[in-house]
Parts: sequence; C-alpha cells; structure tokens
Amino acid sequence: MKNWLNVALPKGRLGEKVYQMFEKAGFPCPEIKEGNRKLIFENAEKKVRYFWVKPSDVAIYVERGAADIGVAGKDILLEYKPDVYELLDLKTGKCHMAVAAKNDFVDDRNRTLTVATKFTNIAKDYFAKQGRVIDVISLNGSIELAPILNLSDVIVDIVETGATLKANNLVVVEKFTPISARLIANKSSYNFKAQVIEELKSKLEEQTENI
Amino acid sequence: MIINENVLSKEEYLSYNLRELYLGFGFKQYKMSKFEEYDLYAKNKDFLVSNEVITFTDTDGRLLALKPDVTLSIIKNGKDETAEKLFYDEKVYRVDKGTKSFKEITQVGIENIGNISDEEVSKTLYLAMKSLEKASSDYILEITDLDIVSELLSCYNLSKPAQKEILKNLSSKNAFGVKSVCESEGLNEEEIAVITSLTKIFGSPKSVKNSLNSLKVGKSVKSAVERFEKIIENLYKLIPESDFEKIRIDFSVVEDLRYYNGIAFKGFILGAPNRVLSGGQYDNLMKKMNRTSKAIGFAVYIDELAKIRSKGDK
Repeated sequence: MKNWLNVALPKGRLGEKVYQMFEKAGFPCPEIKEGNRKLIFENAEKKVRYFWVKPSDVAIYVERGAADIGVAGKDILLEYKPDVYELLDLKTGKCHMAVAAKNDFVDDRNRTLTVATKFTNIAKDYFAKQGRVIDVISLNGSIELAPILNLSDVIVDIVETGATLKANNLVVVEKFTPISARLIANKSSYNFKAQVIEELKSKLEEQTENI
Repeated sequence: MIINENVLSKEEYLSYNLRELYLGFGFKQYKMSKFEEYDLYAKNKDFLVSNEVITFTDTDGRLLALKPDVTLSIIKNGKDETAEKLFYDEKVYRVDKGTKSFKEITQVGIENIGNISDEEVSKTLYLAMKSLEKASSDYILEITDLDIVSELLSCYNLSKPAQKEILKNLSSKNAFGVKSVCESEGLNEEEIAVITSLTKIFGSPKSVKNSLNSLKVGKSVKSAVERFEKIIENLYKLIPESDFEKIRIDFSVVEDLRYYNGIAFKGFILGAPNRVLSGGQYDNLMKKMNRTSKAIGFAVYIDELAKIRSKGDK
C-alpha cells in the first residue's frame, strides 16, 4: 500500500479522457482498455491502481484516503467542499454553472424564487450573494423537467453546449462559475507519496498547456 | 503497579503513552469538568472546530455546555502571572462531519502558556514529533509560519476578502486559484509569482531554503522568514539526523489568523487519511480573551489514530 498510487477516476466520458492523459503521463494500465466490467485495474510494474467511481463520489474516496489522488469536477468540489488538495486544473470537461429558465421567464423579485438543482449548496451561495431569498428543490436528475412542469421557476445546473436546454425550450439566464476537471489529492497521502504525485502532476500540466 | 497492555484498548494505550511523555517533559495534567458556561464558546465560536455545541440549563437557570474544546477553558482559568505547562486527556463533544450528529471524541494535548521564546516553540515542535512517534514511525510533521504568509499578503495591500480567498486556495494548494485572485486584485507578474510560490513550497527545510529566500520581498517578511529559519535550526539540534526527513515546510497549513499567529503545524501518519495532530501559536486568541501571555499548544486526535487499520489489512 505504501508504494502504490491509488487513483479514483470518474466513470464515463470524462474519466476515459482523463485516463488517456494519465497514460500519456507515463502511468498506463493496459487492462483498463479491455472494456470488461471490472472496477479496479492494476499495473504492478508502475505500481498504479485505477478505479472507476461515480463522478460525484471521487472527492469522498480521496478525502477519506481510499484513493490517494483523483479527478473531480470543480462543481463537485464547490458543492461538497471536501478537505483535499486541488493540485491542477486539467482544462478538460469544461462547462459552466448556470441559471436557466423557460423561454418566457420573467423574474419577479416580489416572490420567493424556487430553484431546482442537484447543487443545493452552490445555488444557495450564488443567490445569497445577491441577497435573494430562495426555495431550493433538491433533485437528482432530469433537472430540466422542473421549470417545464412548473415545479420551479429556474434551475441551477452545469451547461456544456446548451443543447439539452434548447431542446426543452429553456434558456440560460446567467452563466456564473466556469467548471473543469481538477486533479485532487488526499492531504495525508500527499505527504507520503509527494514525489510520485508531483511527477504525475507536472507531466499532466505539460499536456494542459497545449489545450 | 504493572499495567497489562492487553487490557488497554488502542485509544487508551495511546493516551497513556502520551501522558507519560508529557509528564516526562514537565507538563502537569489539567483536569476539568465536563461542563462549561455556554458563554465562553458563544464568544469564540469560530475558534471551535465545529460550531455546534450541546447546551442544557442547569438547575439554577444558567446555560451550560458540554465542552467542545479544552484550550478555551485553560486560557479562561489561567492567570498571566504564572507560566503554565499543562497537558490534558479529555473527552470533547463535536459534530461529526459524516453523520452530522454529536460525537464524543478523546483528545490529548498540551498547552504551554507564558513568555514563549523561540526556543520554546522549537521544543514544542519536538514534542509534537515525539507524540507522533508514539503512534507510528511513519509520520510527517508539516510546519508553516503564518506570520510569513500574513506579512506577505499585507505588504501587497490586498483587500481583506481577497486575502481570505487566497488563504482558502493556499490551504488546498490551488496555485491556479491563488493566481486568479491576485490577477483580479491587479498585482503585477512578479508579485503574483511570489504569492503563488507559497502553494508550491513543500519539502524538507533544506530543500526549500532557496524558495524561502525568494520570499524575502520586504523588511517585515524578511524578519519573519529569518525567525522561522532559526526555529527550524533549533529543532534540528533536538532531533537525530534520521528524523530530518520527517519535517516538511508546507504553507498549505492555514489557520484562522484571528486566533493563530506564527508557527502552525499538522501531523500525519501513514494510513490515516486526516491529520492526527494539529497545533500552533495562538497569541491572538490570548489577546482576544484579555490575556497578556503568549501561548503555543497542540492536540492529538486519538479517534483519528484509532481509525488506522492494523497492519496487513491492505
């Protein structure tokens, strides 16, 4: 355990993209490409162990030390505020946190604004900064449905291209925080594996400079 | 009396060992009641690790609290005329981050109150290392100097909210974040480079010597860096050379500057995901509580140590 580097990657498209970057940085794990249903992949020669976890869980694995490092979206870091090091902006998985509403939405400041979102803390922070009283509806998916069914006035969600919004007759009211994938590290592990983590970080950094 | 080690739980065994260590260094045990007037904590809420306190009303109507912290009580009950070297082994009550409910935590620690010299600071660092050693030989002590950080921030005339943002980013080694705050404050490239270098300074005192030198941009920062170097040098004299590598200078150790100043440190042990020891100088807290003495102390989080899986698990 002492010499192995445990890496938590987010399952899905972003994770695969990020794995390519790790591979290029000199930490390959050929097993991973076989496309089976395994969750843990090891490269004994490089002493690196990858595992796929739900994107929103990466920060938990890292904070609790089950993974030494991981890749998590800035949205997750802002929402859960895990006590981890945020070592590098990988400049991939870029999108924005945004407020969106129906095409014909008119903001009535006399009423309490109802906000549907997966990111309740981010939504609360954002509207608190504007001195706005809101009612938060916490949903786990298909956020776009909420304003359509009049469950909420607006939604707070990540927007990449805006295609989903457009298809559902929704528009972006305001984009606020830019989001991208970040390399995070457990504060304790960093001390004991600093050399290898720093080596990986600088090789990843070289790759982000071209983006 | 001979103590049979097998009878003791891991937590008890550790706190027993630590108590023995502190007694040997001339510290006296401080025993306190489980309760304290709520007022004490209400006034210093931000000093507490978790803001929530268990309160109840005593038979005479006073509002009491189950103590969430020991340091505040020690400061409140001490007198400036007498220097005190105290250690404690107490239960405190805090909200657990995971379950969001109250939890009883065993905390062992020391407080050294009086006219604290730089030598005394070095000795406290030494004692922190000794404490970590009791739990495992695979430990690291991260040390920072908050005076260097705060002098550096104030010499560039950064606004208070910007300073706060920088400290937050510093604690997560987020160079990118520090840089973007500096840019929005209109600092020039050279100044930005100095401040962001704080996120990158990490390593043994010898390996960061040059980086520390490059921080000496003003008179006040220079004297803070020099004091820091002296404290580390003094610490070197107390420990065997084989332990030098266990010290890391790391500016990501950030504490609330309203309470802490000068040296701050955190201890880590291989296999424990969180810090198992944390401490520092807290002259600012003393001032806030109308005390003129200086103080330094640290706490060992026995519950974090007990979380470590025994060897062979992984």
